Amino acid sequence: MTLIANIIIALFILVGVFFTVVTVVGVLRLPDVYTRAHAASKSATLGVLGILIGVFLHFWWIKGHFSIQLLLGSVFLFITSPVGGHLMSRAAYMSGVKPTELTVGDDLQEAIGEQKSREED
Amino acid sequence: MAFQILLNFFIAITWVLITASFTPSTFVIGYIIGLLLLVLTRRFYNERLYFGQLWSCLKLTLIFFKELILSNISVAMLVLKPKLELQPMIFAMPTVLEEDWQITLLASLITLTPGTIVIHVSDDQRTLYVHAIDVDDVEEAINSIKQTFEKAILEVSRT
Repeated sequence: MTLIANIIIALFILVGVFFTVVTVVGVLRLPDVYTRAHAASKSATLGVLGILIGVFLHFWWIKGHFSIQLLLGSVFLFITSPVGGHLMSRAAYMSGVKPTELTVGDDLQEAIGEQKSREED
Repeated sequence: MAFQILLNFFIAITWVLITASFTPSTFVIGYIIGLLLLVLTRRFYNERLYFGQLWSCLKLTLIFFKELILSNISVAMLVLKPKLELQPMIFAMPTVLEEDWQITLLASLITLTPGTIVIHVSDDQRTLYVHAIDVDDVEEAINSIKQTFEKAILEVSRT
């Protein structure tokens, strides 16, 4: 029984560590702010979530201690991390950071241009 | 929804008082009786029954977890591939959602799911500007978002 529990716990933590590593590699390899925000806001969430769940299960099954704080921590993480990713990429866009050369289309630039020309009229 | 939950609690507490046994299990029995009474009297409420709404919340959560895992696998494949094949694009996505909380929820869900991040919400809240990391077909991405999340959010807020 403890063996199965340990295997499940190890799986969760390994998945978490794997996605955290993917985040780091993504932040290093990807070309611009926006694509890096993808790696940072998605993989980091799932990575930390996996580690938190693993720790939660370890304390619950092996140590017999039901830690509600760890669950709350993962819920808070889910609420705040997409907002963080959104705000950083929006702040970057609004202060004029250009997307990478590879970018095929940019609807937002047209929309903001229209708004500016309307305000000048 | 809140009214129905309160009513259900009230029925459960009444049941506890009637039976004069103050234990959690009596409360649970009273709550189940309250559920049955709510089902029987459902035509008197303006909204639909609250556990229907809870059920669609649960479905939204499940869809969300599925998409979260899929998105992480796709980001991992993209990042770990020896050659970077990106085709980022910022596209406009029209939305039919109106309430503030619906749009916030949709934006958060889009940010945590396959290859998309919300960069900007237009002033009239009719359009979301989404950055996609690898777009083959924008229409397809918009449609898949609409099919899954927008529909699920509308389902939750249906009265």
